[in-house]
Amino acid sequence: MMFKRTLLALSCAAALAALSAPMTRAAGGYKLVEDVEFSFEGPFGSFDRMQLQRGLQVFQEVCAGCHGIQFLAFRNLGDPGGPELPEEQIKAFMAEYYPDVFDPELDDYRATRLSDSFPANVDAGAPDLSLMAKARSGFHGPYGTGINQFFRGIGGPEYIYSLLTGYTGEEKEEASAYLYENTAFEGNWISMSPPLYGDDVDYMDGTEPTIEQHAKDVAAFLMWVAEPKMMARKDSGLTAVLFLIFLSVLLFYTNKQLWASVKNKKKVEAA
Amino acid sequence: MAGIPHEPYVPKTRIEKWLQTRLPVVGLLYDTLMIPTPKNLNWMWIWGIILTFCLALQIVTGIMLAMHYTPHVDQAFASVEHIMRNVNGGYMLRYLHQNGASLFFVAVYLHIFRGLYYGSYKSPREVTWIIGMMIYLAMMATAFMGYVLPWGQMSFWGATVITGLFGAIPGIGPDIQTWLLGGPAVDNATLNRFFSLHYLLPFVIAGLVIVHIWAFHTTGNNNPTGVDVRRDDIATVKKDTVPFWPYFVIKDLFALAVILAVFFAIVGFMPNYLGHPDNYIPADPLATPAHIVPEWYFLPFYAILRAFTDDVWIVGLTNILTFGIVDAKFFGVLAMFGAIAVMALAPWLDTSRVRSGRYRPMFKWWFWLFVVNFVVLTWVGAMPAEGIYPYIALLGSAYWFGYFLVILPLLGVIERPLPRPKTIEEDFNAHYGPAKPATTTLEKPGGAVQPAE
Repeated sequence: MMFKRTLLALSCAAALAALSAPMTRAAGGYKLVEDVEFSFEGPFGSFDRMQLQRGLQVFQEVCAGCHGIQFLAFRNLGDPGGPELPEEQIKAFMAEYYPDVFDPELDDYRATRLSDSFPANVDAGAPDLSLMAKARSGFHGPYGTGINQFFRGIGGPEYIYSLLTGYTGEEKEEASAYLYENTAFEGNWISMSPPLYGDDVDYMDGTEPTIEQHAKDVAAFLMWVAEPKMMARKDSGLTAVLFLIFLSVLLFYTNKQLWASVKNKKKVEAA
Repeated sequence: MAGIPHEPYVPKTRIEKWLQTRLPVVGLLYDTLMIPTPKNLNWMWIWGIILTFCLALQIVTGIMLAMHYTPHVDQAFASVEHIMRNVNGGYMLRYLHQNGASLFFVAVYLHIFRGLYYGSYKSPREVTWIIGMMIYLAMMATAFMGYVLPWGQMSFWGATVITGLFGAIPGIGPDIQTWLLGGPAVDNATLNRFFSLHYLLPFVIAGLVIVHIWAFHTTGNNNPTGVDVRRDDIATVKKDTVPFWPYFVIKDLFALAVILAVFFAIVGFMPNYLGHPDNYIPADPLATPAHIVPEWYFLPFYAILRAFTDDVWIVGLTNILTFGIVDAKFFGVLAMFGAIAVMALAPWLDTSRVRSGRYRPMFKWWFWLFVVNFVVLTWVGAMPAEGIYPYIALLGSAYWFGYFLVILPLLGVIERPLPRPKTIEEDFNAHYGPAKPATTTLEKPGGAVQPAE
């Protein structure tokens, strides 16, 4: 019996250690990623609709100058679990910022439809931000146990927040390009100039416009852009887990009942 | 089918009788499900069912994903995002498939460790073991090729590194690599053939699984004591066994439900836990990621692959002895495949006549050290190959080979096994007491209770 238990316990430990192993990768350099309490963290967390709307505003007024989010369709802005803009507002947004799109089938520009995606934006050489919140890991841990992931995620939005707020003000010229010191960026010198100044985006809902607030909102928005079905996924997960726990209980008693005739219920003390 | 004697299938209804004389499929199903199974099987015997479920899950979700996926370098990444965003339930399909691979490997490793501890590989189950190893190899090939399909950065660079291993074979290596890739580098041809093979191999695995089950249904299950089921007649068999249905089906289903609850928590609440963030960056042949790390289930073998560098004496010696044909890179490749080969040869390397590790006092320690070593290799495989890590990897690799090539053969000679129970019934009764008289009409109740250990 004892060895059966040890086998089980050690196998579980082995599995856990194996699971947490990829999390212990060295970060390298000094890469400061600050933890931010986002509303969508944890099994029950959900996106803050107002925050996503503010984030969309920051993205559109600041980031969209150089970056695209080509995997997001305009209609997604009205999807449940997202910014949930009413259709008129999405159309107004499209009319203001993206009135026409290039249609390769027509080989010409035409009026933007709800089903169109945000256009790719590669002119400035900036990466597309559709999946940025999942393509960067801010932190793994605490120190490799992996449980942190369950409650705080992999730190993608935290990385974005830390990058946007991590400028030290130092800059240098290298090979006729300007580089800016940033405490979150790998290698610490980034070619993106500080994008946020604090007073460049005015919120309509009265939220105080600070660099931190802008960074937080746009990080949350980009998390939603990377994972627009997150709320639906957590719902499915919760339903499945609750159902399976219920099923486990039923099967546990079925199994116990079934074996009762084979096993004598009272365990004989093993020597 | 040969095997442990049990009550034969007797068709009762007219349609059953009609079918049985033409295609005995119900009889086959009956024989498979009613197989007499040692009643003392513990919770480590659940993994077979879990693995069967994993295979089914991967095939079902995989077929549905394939309906929406585009195997082209320009569209593969976008088509996966299309699945995640636009296909109904696509995000669940894809995350189930992605994490299903990890569940598959957790289960297969525990299944293998079970076999190693209780000596399930020993005579007469060598064929079952060998087929199991073939399944494991096919699983690794399938998982590797599946990881390439999303065409992210890790997909691309993982494919480049792993196919590069074949390029290390002296002489014909580069030609083999080109043949595998369908060109000089990882490109559209590679993606297409990997997709094709990723779709094919699970069905090969399914075929192997049937043979695997057939083989152990012929020999009968091993059990925690390693003592054979008495096969004198059906009445004796019944003292040692219970039919698979319903006893073990229900037990295994209970275990499956518990494991799936954990699995769905991971899929629902942290589906990217086991993935690599870099794979959400589209593949770029011009930008190499800082650390190329395989999926977690390959890490022990990745550690062995990287452990043998030029400065290891055995590598240098081999290099001289083979006149430079076997260099460090090729040595690493040989070691990686050799690690699985020696495991496959365990039935012939283990000289002990005692199957179960339960009655092998010295073996136990070496076995647990092997498990710990496996975890250490997994961990070190994820580390950069610098500092102290290569030494740990080398030590771990040495123990891996030492376990199979030195320890298992030697232990059988020098170890004094503990007394084993004579029968499975004796062992079972020692734990649970004899069966209640009312339910066992065939046997006399109340054999003396004897502790087995």
